[in-house]
Amino acid sequence: MTVEKLRAALRGVPDPDWLATALDRIAADPTAIARYFPAARRRCGRHDLPDLPGWSADEAARALMLASLRTDHVGQVETLYRTGDAAEKRAVLKALPLLPIGAAGVPLLLDAIRTNDTRLVAAALGPYARHLDPSAWRQAVLKCVFVGVPLAAVADLDDRADAELGTMLAALADERRAAGRAMPADATELLDRLTAAGQLQPREV
Amino acid sequence: MRIFDPHIHMTSRTTDDYERMAAAGVRAVVEPAFWLGQPRTNVGSFTDYFDSLVGWEPFRAGQFGIRHHATIALNPKEANDPRCRSVLDELPRYLEKDGVVAVGEIGYDSMTPEEDDVFAAQLALAVAHDLPAMVHTPHRDKARGVQRSLAVVAESGIDPGRVVLDHLNEMTVELVRDTGCWLGFSIYPDTKMSPPRMVELLKAYGTERVLVNSAADWGRSDPLLTRATGEAMLLAGFTDDDVDRVLWRNPVEFYGQSGRLDLTDDDLAEQTFAGNSILRGGS
Repeated sequence: MTVEKLRAALRGVPDPDWLATALDRIAADPTAIARYFPAARRRCGRHDLPDLPGWSADEAARALMLASLRTDHVGQVETLYRTGDAAEKRAVLKALPLLPIGAAGVPLLLDAIRTNDTRLVAAALGPYARHLDPSAWRQAVLKCVFVGVPLAAVADLDDRADAELGTMLAALADERRAAGRAMPADATELLDRLTAAGQLQPREV
Repeated sequence: MRIFDPHIHMTSRTTDDYERMAAAGVRAVVEPAFWLGQPRTNVGSFTDYFDSLVGWEPFRAGQFGIRHHATIALNPKEANDPRCRSVLDELPRYLEKDGVVAVGEIGYDSMTPEEDDVFAAQLALAVAHDLPAMVHTPHRDKARGVQRSLAVVAESGIDPGRVVLDHLNEMTVELVRDTGCWLGFSIYPDTKMSPPRMVELLKAYGTERVLVNSAADWGRSDPLLTRATGEAMLLAGFTDDDVDRVLWRNPVEFYGQSGRLDLTDDDLAEQTFAGNSILRGGS
């Protein structure tokens, strides 16, 4: 995702002047974002953007606001996440890869992954999750399977999935089988891919 | 029968309740911030609670097809504890959230000077944030509490049509009905109002500006008493349209004044005004 794509996708929002003014003011004064960020859903809408799969108008507008900051990215990101409702938190998480903050947003990902709100868990596993260490990332992927977040939400899934994740998935599959419950199809497919790639021993069924 | 419960504390209820409510026709709720039975001793305890009302609880409700909104305030009981007073400083940021459709519950518990100050300050916040106000009336010395609440409301300058006085009964309904404020009634298993008594009040005073709620919380209460009241209305000769007005259109109109009531994305979509995705009562 890029700032240019977000801008282009938001051209048709109901109140483009409001958004343009917000972005200008935020660029001039980072503290102005506190006023505009919560209102973005009411002013720009909550509909999915046809030109930007996986993004809604409010998320894109909020991500643009964060990208318009000239200073204090880390401070504003932390504050807006901490004081945000669920939709605001989700927008912050999705904006993280666009911001010049290095790995400073990792605590927010860990917070989101600790919740049981599937919207937040999914948003935490986008491209910025490359900053998660392998142990935290594996636990997060396993949690997706556990709470029903489609693995399509996980960025870099096949690149990062390793033998250890395969072992954890296999154990979950065994538990589910013992309980007479199904594994999600995407998790079974991932496990099969890891097995076929020689990442782990074929299981006894 | 579609039901909008305009006052219910879902934080205190289980998923069994959500399932039974959805099956009974409850499609939308407003959860006012109130006290939790156990007194709180610091501001963080409140902000975690408020965060839940705009975060986790709407997610939980959504799993059962129920749309959840909140009202946010420092409640009158805890307004008396100086350790909680600075909750007022935290309110403005919550009053800008999409899911917050009023300032509440505000009002009186024991009618102390501290409650006077906090009540007036929060009515001013309602005006400043262009939100309706949800006023809890006291359980003890109720009639005088209602009169005093109405005086504070009048003094605040807020449009009375944007204020509901809740927990009214036979003794207090007449104090409010000609003020322009909305009339809220909580239907309880053995205190407050009951379905048959509510029907009698609707017969006597009509269905205009009336909100009927379960106010279900951590005490003995029942989230299905809105439905029971609707059924009692039908048995008493009220029409389906009367029931729909009391249990759906009235709360939509009252909280729609916030401009933030959002009932889209599901089979409620036909209820939006003129195709707007956000309900804007009166406009």
